[in-house]
Amino acid sequence: MYSEKVMDHFQNPRNVGEIENASGVGTVGNAKCGDIMRIYLDIDENQIIRDCKFKTFGCGAAVATSSMATELVMGLSIHEALKVTNKAVMEALDGLPPVKVHCSLLAEEAIHAALWDYAEKNNITIEGLEKPKSDIHEGEEEEEY
Amino acid sequence: MDRLIYLDNAATTPVKPEVLDAMLPYFTEKFGNPSSVYSFSAGNKEVIEANRQIIADSIGAKANEIYFTAGGSESDNWALKATAEAYKDKGKHIITTKIEHHAILHTCEYLEKQGFEITYLNVDENGMIMLDELLASIRPDTILISVMFANNEIGTIEPIREIGMIAKEHDILFHTDAVQAFTQVDIDVNAMNIDMLSASGHKINGPKGIGFMYIRNGLKLRSFIHGGAQERKRRAGTENVTGIVGLGAAVKLAMSNMAERTKKEILLRDYLIERVLKEVPYTRLNGHKETRLPNNANFCFRFIEGESLLIMLDMKGICASSGSACTSGSLDPSHVLLAIGLPHEIAHGSLRLTLSDATTKEDIDYVVESIKEIVDKLRKMSPLYEDFVKDK
Repeated sequence: MYSEKVMDHFQNPRNVGEIENASGVGTVGNAKCGDIMRIYLDIDENQIIRDCKFKTFGCGAAVATSSMATELVMGLSIHEALKVTNKAVMEALDGLPPVKVHCSLLAEEAIHAALWDYAEKNNITIEGLEKPKSDIHEGEEEEEY
Repeated sequence: MDRLIYLDNAATTPVKPEVLDAMLPYFTEKFGNPSSVYSFSAGNKEVIEANRQIIADSIGAKANEIYFTAGGSESDNWALKATAEAYKDKGKHIITTKIEHHAILHTCEYLEKQGFEITYLNVDENGMIMLDELLASIRPDTILISVMFANNEIGTIEPIREIGMIAKEHDILFHTDAVQAFTQVDIDVNAMNIDMLSASGHKINGPKGIGFMYIRNGLKLRSFIHGGAQERKRRAGTENVTGIVGLGAAVKLAMSNMAERTKKEILLRDYLIERVLKEVPYTRLNGHKETRLPNNANFCFRFIEGESLLIMLDMKGICASSGSACTSGSLDPSHVLLAIGLPHEIAHGSLRLTLSDATTKEDIDYVVESIKEIVDKLRKMSPLYEDFVKDK
């Protein structure tokens, strides 16, 4: 059901962990729906992401998308990181099953949440960054049959 | 992956070699239609009746009370829809439970759309229905009580005898979905006042696509499939002779070794439960500690999610299942785990292991060691665990 890349990132997730005194931390998702992602960013004075770590409670796709998202934003400026979309994460993983697309949205949202936290802490605004939704499941509905 | 440890016997089981041997001739040389007149086919009619008798004997029924179906889901659909149709003049109220299989629950939802009222009984923290609640739910227009014999996820065995007595006293029909319990625990439809019972072949080392429904003589249930005169005109269609032969062979085998098989499974199950609860912290057993299926163990590991656990077990050659949302195809975890009162985040971290007579102590030891390692790895990755540790 998962691509080889997804399985690789699930089995050997990159950048698992925490960053002490992180520049920004974002937690999204909810335990009720079975997935929570937390992303830690270490951002230097030039607004470059020097380090990125994650912790995720969730399925294989949730772990793999978090792992891939941390890889994609590492070394980017905060403005570039903002442009890393869920689509980019999915493409980098060679796709996700349709029922797991929300996991990639969660990864994008987690990065935004961490950037938002960074912006708030530093009293700056990052152009194009909106206050992240904490729960991407809102509005999702089950199919009727 | 050299090792394969199959601990998902509640999902399905392999066809036993002796069952397959019994079936094979009916695919090829004994292919005749049992309804044909010539002597070549007549033997097949007799074979069907002989197997019907074996199945009837296994639950204390009469042969003419056994109807072959395509499996448990069909039997459940038949029991509910046909009772609803046949008895709607008496009333439109049905009582069932919150922990039934979807073959019951979704059929009930369908009936609700047809104007029936359904009461879904609660269960206690062990997954057991409460008889006083059942009694309080009975109304003058109640036509059917449908309670599963044993739960497919958490293994709890319901108080079937007591429910049967209550149903009889109130002159209400009693159906039980015995797909998981059949040949695992003693069933006597008369002593237990069961009017209808659903069972399936592939859960008991028989083939897929065959099952049966027991319908007590005298019930005015309509045909489920209209057509030829097969199954006393109640379930038309040329009989699945190979399936019926396989089901009969599987039942015969399972009934002959039930006592020793379940005794062995209970020992291993309890060993598994004891080790997991002792060696994996923040873990709970789901389902009743004693009154549960001999081969079922179901746990919740806090702070982790079930699908991740299943994939990692799979990489170690272990086949298991979970009630997490990701495996159910919806956002909600198992309705059974929610019904026993678990919060969502704990219900997401469930693991069901169902043993067979082929399971060994070495298998269990390997599985326990694997679970310990995987749960530890996933917790280290979990923000819920991180918060928990920090709060402590």
